[in-house]
Amino acid sequence: MRILLFASLLAAALTGRCMAAETLYDQLGGHDGLSRIVDRALTLYFTDPRLHADFDNINRDWLQPRFYAFFCKTTGGPCVYKGRAMAPSHKGLHIDQARFNAVVEDLQTAMDESRIPFRTQNRLLALLAPMERAIVTR
Amino acid sequence: MRRAVLALLAALVWAGGGRAWAQANLAGSGRLLATSGITDVEGTGGGGLVPWALITGYGTNDQIGANLHATVAGEPDFLLTSLGAGIGLYDRIEFSYAHEWFDTGRAGARLGLGQGYQFHLDVAGAKVRLFGNAVYDQDTLLPEVSAGAEFKAADRHAVLDAIGAKSPDGVDFYAAATKLFLSESLLVDATLRFTKANQFGLLGFGGDRNDSYRPEFEASAALLLSRRLAIGAEVRTKPDNLGFAREGPAFDAFVAYFLDKHVSATLAFLALGPIARQGDQNGVYFSLQSGF
Repeated sequence: MRILLFASLLAAALTGRCMAAETLYDQLGGHDGLSRIVDRALTLYFTDPRLHADFDNINRDWLQPRFYAFFCKTTGGPCVYKGRAMAPSHKGLHIDQARFNAVVEDLQTAMDESRIPFRTQNRLLALLAPMERAIVTR
Repeated sequence: MRRAVLALLAALVWAGGGRAWAQANLAGSGRLLATSGITDVEGTGGGGLVPWALITGYGTNDQIGANLHATVAGEPDFLLTSLGAGIGLYDRIEFSYAHEWFDTGRAGARLGLGQGYQFHLDVAGAKVRLFGNAVYDQDTLLPEVSAGAEFKAADRHAVLDAIGAKSPDGVDFYAAATKLFLSESLLVDATLRFTKANQFGLLGFGGDRNDSYRPEFEASAALLLSRRLAIGAEVRTKPDNLGFAREGPAFDAFVAYFLDKHVSATLAFLALGPIARQGDQNGVYFSLQSGF
């Protein structure tokens, strides 16, 4: 009986915590916040001399909604990403670790400008970091 | 005339090489800020006291990196200075060299060696990354793992012999596992070292109490506060081979600041334990590092 009571209390505590927990999407500012970060990051990508070769041939108007949807879905937001997976979408681009990291650095700069706390930034980067294996092919 | 042609040829080759260098971006510092770690007192890429699995410098898997360090540790009775350089090749192999000066100050007079008597140690290091990537592998608990060796040679052979050290030269072997828990902004390292070194090798290798390789445990933990700033602590157990003077584990607590990918500075409280019967040595460590 006491165990049952304890279990139900624990369950209540856990569900309560789950309901209260914000997603990373929320912590990045929801739709508006994430849109601002993505917009700024893409501006940095399209002007970063380290990334010229990669972004010169991409239509930004085509890329931006896909980029946003990918980040929204990755961070637990209410979005559907219909684009291609990371490996096929970067295939043949010969992306090296330095350019992968340049993308990370520009994203950090965009998040800094949106005053996203460092620890929150790292939670996003932790989700993106393993994609190095799919994106970097050199 | 022939000499002028040769000089011109050499200049062309040098310029061509320079351009190829820039095109390949071989020294492009492609890794993320602070993921180079720093360089320990023995010249190996790591924390300040403990070698890490990370390859020194900011070179990615198709770049090279390098690092120079100047480190001073001021303890109550001793002053330890270390200068050295390390190179990281393709985020796979690291070679390093450090020279250490161990100034005994007034303790030298008390020990009958003479005031300011100095011991010296040369350390040549080699490390190879075996598997894993501490930064990218965020979807697994698997750490970055490297194995390495430090070839050490001390001077003052007569003194080392007199205090019971069995050899002025020795080799340390270690395996290091380093993991960045990025979602927690936390880096941890665990290192296992097989060594006979007395006080890092400054007082020789092996002794009257023990002359065999012993496993020693070393660990670091660092909390990243920003892209540029980290605080942390380290521990390193050491052999206790000499009957002449007991030796204990070393600890430090540090703050490291990365100005950019070329300059970093580390300030630490460093407790080296008792050295040469002079009691516990608790002091300050400062290291300035520069590289790419």
